[in-house]
Amino acid sequence: MKILVCVSKTPDTTAKIAFINGNTKFDETGVQWIINPYDEWYALVRAIELKEKDPSIIIHLITVGLADCDPIIRKALALGGDEAIRVNADNSDSYYIAAQIAGVVKKNNYDLILTGKETIDYNGSSIAGMVSEMVDAPYVSLATLFELNGTTATITREIEGGEEIAEVSLPVVVSCQKGVAEQRIPNMRGIMAARTKPLQVVEPAPIDALTSIVNYELPPAKAGVKLVSPDNVAELVRLLHEEARVI
Amino acid sequence: MVLIFIDHIDGHIKKASYEVLTYGAKLAEQMGTTAEALLLGTVNDDLASLGKYGIKKVHQVSNETLNHVDAQLYAKVIAEAVTATGADVVVFSHNQTGKAVSARTAARLKAGIVAGACALPDTGNGFIVRKTVFSGKAFANVSINSPIKVISLNPNSYKTVAGEGTAEVVALNVAVDPSKIKITAVNKVSGEVPLTEADIVVSGGRGLKGPENWGVLLDLAHELHAATACSRPVGDAHWRPHHEHVGQTGVQIAPNLYIALGISGAIQHLAGVNRSKVIVVINKDPEAPFFKAADYGIVGDLFEVVPKLTEEIKKLHAGG
Repeated sequence: MKILVCVSKTPDTTAKIAFINGNTKFDETGVQWIINPYDEWYALVRAIELKEKDPSIIIHLITVGLADCDPIIRKALALGGDEAIRVNADNSDSYYIAAQIAGVVKKNNYDLILTGKETIDYNGSSIAGMVSEMVDAPYVSLATLFELNGTTATITREIEGGEEIAEVSLPVVVSCQKGVAEQRIPNMRGIMAARTKPLQVVEPAPIDALTSIVNYELPPAKAGVKLVSPDNVAELVRLLHEEARVI
Repeated sequence: MVLIFIDHIDGHIKKASYEVLTYGAKLAEQMGTTAEALLLGTVNDDLASLGKYGIKKVHQVSNETLNHVDAQLYAKVIAEAVTATGADVVVFSHNQTGKAVSARTAARLKAGIVAGACALPDTGNGFIVRKTVFSGKAFANVSINSPIKVISLNPNSYKTVAGEGTAEVVALNVAVDPSKIKITAVNKVSGEVPLTEADIVVSGGRGLKGPENWGVLLDLAHELHAATACSRPVGDAHWRPHHEHVGQTGVQIAPNLYIALGISGAIQHLAGVNRSKVIVVINKDPEAPFFKAADYGIVGDLFEVVPKLTEEIKKLHAGG
């Protein structure tokens, strides 16, 4: 069985968000890069857990990005991926990225494709759905539990105000969130082994991007907190009712 | 034409759908075109009355298979409806269903998508949609450059406005394949306000000291008809169920009012709640970083302050 885990490079969750070049480019000064937490903690770790139960499983990783993604791919390999593919392209359009991934999927015939539910930078939740369409596979989004029995997956997914339990035959595309697995830290053996695992760099297929980012904006700064005395809770209720008009 | 996707559950149209109906109708007006709606499956609500949100027609594919969301079937049916109706903009809510379906539909239509939009597009020169990025810490203005455009609108980011009007309900005949996904169980959290649809959310952190102390929070939430949430340490310690965890790696919400009790406000927590319109922080530590992101705050012992707050709100609701 072959599993493909899609990973993305994102700024660390505590990174300062600022923009340069007339607000057209993210300011990378001093930014620590990480594997998108949803891709790592949930999608990748679940794939590794499945491989621990069935060592015949092969885990491939894929990312669409330039050479500056290599450190996070090595980290993903250190956690437990077998091989990695990097499509050498820099593009923020989700259709473009999904089409690059779908191209690799069609060549390698994966049984299971896992992604995080979204990236913490663009927050699109789009790649898994698009890849599933491009390869004509079923798609289960926002998974909170994932079990595999032979070639049938049992997946719990979030719906409005609850959850749904779904059974589906492989191949399937699944986007993962909290609950699917728990965060892990790579060990020294994994880090050493990752150095020699294959990282294949492929050139992108000619795909037209359908969107482009014009510029970025930061939200206006908050006016500052209005503090109310703990002895005058009635004043807080008055402010929420009359000033903020939210109750 | 702007085609608006209507989402429903248990026979009823979701609140988020009224937001996208209002948004889509306004967009159509701005573009000098008409707005129509699309509903897959069956509901108990009166579809003709959706005209009051400014739409002319509701297309319905009334096939019971579609009462469960299967992204593969939905994308195919919606794409066929787009072609049949000649729509050039498709609007979804970026709720759980939208996240499952909008991008897949866009891929099928080879349409550019802005997922997580938070304002009406600028159609003056091109088609530029504002969306939240970096988990609510910034916005990006994104140009869609394809003939068909797809927008997935963040819940709670556009105010519903209802006027007068009746829509024509039209049956749309589209072949529906059998689903490859078998739903074996649906578990609803009953009697509670769904977190992502709530106007008011009351949330608790480690400052509550233990699950046995949640009563003060639940009383306040009950009085406000609010949904309840918690911080990551609370979810991890199983004081509260996982689905209540809001933050960067939990649920992201944007209610009108977010009340944080005993939560320090780590940057990862703020990433899940910073799109809330008004934030109230109650914490005994005046140095808690959350106060910097708050609109209103009380520095004090929540076990004393919160019961008083509940009492005051009771008085307000009693017309005091």
